[in-house]
Amino acid sequence: MTSDLVLLSVLMFAVTYPSRALGLLTPGVDRLPKVVLDYLQLVGPAVLTALAAVSVMVVVSDDDVPSFHIGIEWVAVFVCLALVARKGNLFLGLVAAVGIVAVARAIGLAAIPA
Amino acid sequence: MSVIVFAGAAQFAAVGYVASGLPWPGIILLTFLLNARHLLYSAALAPWLRDLPFARRAVMAHVLTDEAFALSISHFRRLGRTDEWGYWVAAIAVTFIPWNLATIAGVALGAQIPDPARLGIDIIFPAAMIGLAVGLITGRRELVAAIVGAGVAVAVALMSSPSIGIVMGGVVGPLVGLLVPASVAHETAPLGTAGSAERYAMPGVHVEREDADEVSTGPSADGHR
Repeated sequence: MTSDLVLLSVLMFAVTYPSRALGLLTPGVDRLPKVVLDYLQLVGPAVLTALAAVSVMVVVSDDDVPSFHIGIEWVAVFVCLALVARKGNLFLGLVAAVGIVAVARAIGLAAIPA
Repeated sequence: MSVIVFAGAAQFAAVGYVASGLPWPGIILLTFLLNARHLLYSAALAPWLRDLPFARRAVMAHVLTDEAFALSISHFRRLGRTDEWGYWVAAIAVTFIPWNLATIAGVALGAQIPDPARLGIDIIFPAAMIGLAVGLITGRRELVAAIVGAGVAVAVALMSSPSIGIVMGGVVGPLVGLLVPASVAHETAPLGTAGSAERYAMPGVHVEREDADEVSTGPSADGHR
């Protein structure tokens, strides 16, 4: 089983590494037109907020059906966002977010994910 | 798996699917889709890392994660130039080593924690992503790209799957962001300028203008903004 998982890991690496390396190793990326470079500068904010939004707003059931989710996680992420924007302190934002979710779940205000 | 693949979301998914008996081709396809967003990260970092040797960039690619990307590119923007050590710190010291130590700790001690979800640990990932995104929003274009990216990602995720939604959000958000005319983009800290360095400086730290300007070797140094 263990050696099987190593082989699986190698196969997962084989499909992951190309997407990580393509941009970094392809020559001439820096000579792309200005509009493309401007586009690439906007990728970071878009992907990171996409990750955050999908993580808190979409849940996938056991039969792989995605559904919209509303919960205390929205509040926690918003509080983190506000703290980072106002105080410039990500650590403080993360502690606040974890605290909100932990307390809400402890007192039964929020469901514990499966 | 944490060393070889080094991709949290794909690892979590793979463990679940292995446990449920999903055939390997399905796991491999899912891994590819989940990690396709790294192509966007890689392309966005390329202009900053263009002068480094090929071999080093090849190693950098393996440790390119959401966190490494966000930390390093915001660091580069803060400085207004490339800082290779900054990348290694973000990718290795802050992400790779803790991830693997935590994996070992989880294997050894995970069973001692009766219900980790009660602790709210699952909120750390989305909260960290939104917090890191805040550091990259320096004008209206970035703001529009972020909001549209999130909206598109959720909509597409609900219609197909979360991994496809994330990639689509990352592709479409910047396209809409580019529609904001430069005249109203209100870029408060154009990249590679003293304003950029000052904008991102730690509280209490002030950047000397001539220092910030002379180290401007990033994408904007040749007038991209």
